[in-house]
Amino acid sequence: MTVIIPDSVDAAVRALAEHPGATALAGGTDLMVEVNDGRRPLESIVAVGRIPELAGIRVADGALDIGAAATFSRLELDPVAQFAPALAYAARTVGSPQIRNAATIGGNLATASPAGDSLPVLLALGASVAVAGTDGRRDVPVADFFTGPKRSALRAGELVAGVRVPIRRGPQDYLKVGVRNAMVIAVASLAIAVDLDAHTISVGLGSVGPTPLAARDACAWAAARADWDDDAVAMSADDIARFGDRVAAAAQPIDDHRSTARYRRSAVRVLARRALRRCVG
Amino acid sequence: MTEMYVLRVNGEDRAVADAWLGESLLYVLRERLGLPGAKAGCEQGECGSCSVLLDGALVCACLVLAAAAVGCNVTTVEGLQPAERGAASAVQRAFVETGAVQCGFCTPGLVMAVEALLDRDPEPSDLAVREAISGNLCRCTGYGRILEAVVVAARTRGTVTT
Amino acid sequence: MTLETGTRVTGGIGQRALRPDGISKVRGEFAFAGDLWAEGMLWGQALRSPHAAARVRAVDIAPALAITGVHAVLTADDVFVNRYGLEHRDQPVLAYDEVRYAGEPVAVVAADHPETARRACAAIAVDYELTDPLVDPEAAIGAAPIHPDGNVFRDLVIRRGDVDARGPVVVEGTYEIGMQDQAFMGPEAGLAVPAGDGGVDLIVSTQWLHNDRDQVAECLGLAPELVRLSLGGVGGAFGAREDVSLHIHACLLAVRTGRPVKIVYSRGESFLGHVHRHPARIWMRHSATPRGDLVSFEARIVLDGGAYRSSSYHVAANAACFAAGPYRVPNAYVRAIAVRTNNPPCGAMRGFGVVQACFAHEAQMDRLADACGVDRVELRLRNALGPGDELLTGQRIEGALPVADVIRACAAMPLPEAAPDDMLARPGGAGRTAEPADVRRGTGFAVGFKNLMYAEGYMDGSVAHCRIDNGVVTVSCAAAEVGQGFVTLVQQIARTILEVDDVIVAPPDTSIGSAGSTSASRQTMMSGGAVEKACRAARAELEARAGGDRLDVTMLTATEPVDVTVQYDHRLTHPLDADGQGDAHVSFACAAHRAVVDVDPELGLVRVVHLATAQDVGRVLNPLQVTGQIEGGIAQGVGLAVMEELIVEDGRVRNASFTDYLIPTALDAPTVDAVLIEEPEPGAPFGAKGVGEPPTISSTPAVVAAIRAATGAPCTRVPVRPRDLVT
Repeated sequence: MTVIIPDSVDAAVRALAEHPGATALAGGTDLMVEVNDGRRPLESIVAVGRIPELAGIRVADGALDIGAAATFSRLELDPVAQFAPALAYAARTVGSPQIRNAATIGGNLATASPAGDSLPVLLALGASVAVAGTDGRRDVPVADFFTGPKRSALRAGELVAGVRVPIRRGPQDYLKVGVRNAMVIAVASLAIAVDLDAHTISVGLGSVGPTPLAARDACAWAAARADWDDDAVAMSADDIARFGDRVAAAAQPIDDHRSTARYRRSAVRVLARRALRRCVG
Repeated sequence: MTEMYVLRVNGEDRAVADAWLGESLLYVLRERLGLPGAKAGCEQGECGSCSVLLDGALVCACLVLAAAAVGCNVTTVEGLQPAERGAASAVQRAFVETGAVQCGFCTPGLVMAVEALLDRDPEPSDLAVREAISGNLCRCTGYGRILEAVVVAARTRGTVTT
Repeated sequence: MTLETGTRVTGGIGQRALRPDGISKVRGEFAFAGDLWAEGMLWGQALRSPHAAARVRAVDIAPALAITGVHAVLTADDVFVNRYGLEHRDQPVLAYDEVRYAGEPVAVVAADHPETARRACAAIAVDYELTDPLVDPEAAIGAAPIHPDGNVFRDLVIRRGDVDARGPVVVEGTYEIGMQDQAFMGPEAGLAVPAGDGGVDLIVSTQWLHNDRDQVAECLGLAPELVRLSLGGVGGAFGAREDVSLHIHACLLAVRTGRPVKIVYSRGESFLGHVHRHPARIWMRHSATPRGDLVSFEARIVLDGGAYRSSSYHVAANAACFAAGPYRVPNAYVRAIAVRTNNPPCGAMRGFGVVQACFAHEAQMDRLADACGVDRVELRLRNALGPGDELLTGQRIEGALPVADVIRACAAMPLPEAAPDDMLARPGGAGRTAEPADVRRGTGFAVGFKNLMYAEGYMDGSVAHCRIDNGVVTVSCAAAEVGQGFVTLVQQIARTILEVDDVIVAPPDTSIGSAGSTSASRQTMMSGGAVEKACRAARAELEARAGGDRLDVTMLTATEPVDVTVQYDHRLTHPLDADGQGDAHVSFACAAHRAVVDVDPELGLVRVVHLATAQDVGRVLNPLQVTGQIEGGIAQGVGLAVMEELIVEDGRVRNASFTDYLIPTALDAPTVDAVLIEEPEPGAPFGAKGVGEPPTISSTPAVVAAIRAATGAPCTRVPVRPRDLVT
């Protein structure tokens, strides 16, 4: 077994190519759980968490460029808190302080769990994933990134290099339902982003489908029903309630040991209603 | 298993030899470096008993691949407390004096979390304390005495200690 | 000269004495069993059945033995006597021709690295022939036996008065209690070291050294003197360490390999490797006069004991004897049945059968109060047990049991303030799910009581030894310190009686006689009593030597030490007869709880804001430690109310990890205010009662009553899940 600690993304990509059975490791909060449990035989590790290129968070061209190695603790703070507050809210709900200091947004994307806390937000904000591989770099819209539970568009030997999050002008929020008040995997979660310039409403749903889901029809309906102003959007209470129903209809929840499909769908209805209510002020 | 790597732990360079490279930092600290203060409660990052500082940030040592922590500064409870036998930091004394220690298994991890908290927020509110220690499970105390210990520690920290 | 008040010494009885192991624990220097190390040590690991019920046709260990670094692989054939158990030896050390629960050990391995041991276990090929697991406890009663001892651990009936009597107001209900786990923080750990005399030394985390020692000796075919146990630091217990876990496995491997063998469970293995709280289904019917005086009580309690007996026999008795709660009941019929299934084995957990009964009886009392149009607290006061009253078993209360006092004191405590306007303080917390308008507050009240000490004629005792040599006082007792602070109490007692400052508490081991188990809230009385008795005997010896002069402890023991060993026993109790009648219990303790919860009814999320409690403690021996037991017990009660449940499907645990077996974090714990009611227990050392269990008993029903008040949902099961509150 080998552990390779590259100092650049190119070196990391080369290492992954040279060791086809290698696993990329950043914060370890997903991988090490499996290793410690004996459920993940290790051949080689390419440790990418301290690559300088992956560490940064920049604001440029109307977007936040977040390096894959940015930890959730950093995502709770500016500039993310200022320019993508829903992502900062989601970051605060990840695991525990210990987990947030280690877990990275790149890892959240690469693990591609339908319960990943940042993923509904990235979906709602229309983010795109920067992927690095031997063929060079490519960008994959988050909407196309998740292909199934814990499956993504990453090809063998590819690495998540970062995520580009458009800065949307308007209210946004993230709501997460868990049985306990800390350290809990979402039973249902919802991100919402209102774009006062584009006059759009976007939603991302977590833990209620094989991947994060978008509820596009419900959002298009709501955007058409809304009263748009320069600095605010208004919507009637009845329409907000109907929005809740429509978003709930878009969910594809299942029964599992954490909850039931029925509860999850009803929770989504409530989350959607409350989230939109908050956005319309 | 013939790799050797060096970890910087509590300010000292410590060599780790003949180790399986899949070992967590928690395992290496406890089984190879003679530092059993961090405890193995779940090995999933869900209990905080293994909390250490990695480059100053509170993390679960069970989730750190030891061989990938080369070049980082690791601080354990052994490194954070006064070296003399029987001596204790203000936080540690507060834990003892408020009855916040019962079985003690969660205690070193909590001490690390509270030291880290008070370093960045010397007078935290009750909710801020609860959030800061929300990654440290305690089964014995119900947290009441622990919260009291943090209040006492915030008051006594920075004053002369023995 | 009275020595009771402890005012002449520092750190005596009644004072906020600090624990002697506190500094070493905060420094991370305290040696838990998992911190032990020995030269040449091997790591042990068990292979466990993934199936709840199967015949074992063959076990092929050759692939495991072929792995470099593996020193031994043992199966049932390697065990001299392949049966163990807490009191009744009904459980194999290693499964032989069948497995009866998912998690049952089939083989054990010793290897030079824990990863090697794990891989070796994975390489063992077991040929299982699956059979249909018996997982329905109701069906188990009449089903074909899944064990030669049958499927019923106990079926006991209590008849009192006229079983057909019924008052005009009748309330009945069926209640379910899910499987709670003790979930102590320090996973099972032990180090077995083969001794030169053919025996073995085991350092282990446990609640009862001597009972473990006896089982190890029997199973290894060794004389008891050749098996020496000493207490490794214990990371919490709560009942889960009464039964043997890794003890026999580690000793077998140590003796076979001739090397020290350490076994440490992972958290997942820990969930499978110890007993859990009995899940229960309870039907109750109360009847009363229109004023609310209880006329009759009926209950049928079914406890799922899982695959092996453990302490199910006694859990059933507790559930039955305390089924009605701390109230006067003139007429009663109670049946409690503990059954064997292919579910995970259940046994002792703090509260021991009474937790389940109390959830049911307190739900019933609320419904009865409402049906009578009587205030819920008033109804409880009206029926509260007091001195001279009889229990369901006909036993008259002769000691202290201030039920009315705890009810009044608890009900009088101030309510908490409204929650601060902070998302983190609302249900949902950082999940940002609720605005203040989405939240409803509810209040609930509950009372419970339970026996202290063992029961039904069990001859229980504890041994303590006091040695004073050249002024140095050493007290030895085999009582297991599991976090509760018994070691502090030893020092407090010795300081008070001997009027010294420094007391060495010897590490517990089997070189001294048994102190019994750290359970049933018994150690304060039994081992505290033994230590008191030993110290008093030592003092008497000192006084005899001093012949009336001042006691200079050093001078009086300079040439000849004082060395006394005593046994403390409690008064005799009696078995229950065919009608469940008899003076079966030594002592009782009660507590009342009032819970305040904030609920988001649309999402079913709960925040337990505040618990007020009044507890019958006899005498406060250490305020710090009593508070710790109350707050810790309440947290466990809150856990059972709103989040803790091992989910078992077809006999398999679905959530054997802290990811999905949720216990309260600091953000889930309520603020606790406690009033301690001190009515000394006659005959108890210092008049004190054990305090560990009452906080877990009536806290759960208080929280659930508060949730009912906030939502209107019936909440007939615990834990209450969000989906139970959302229509």
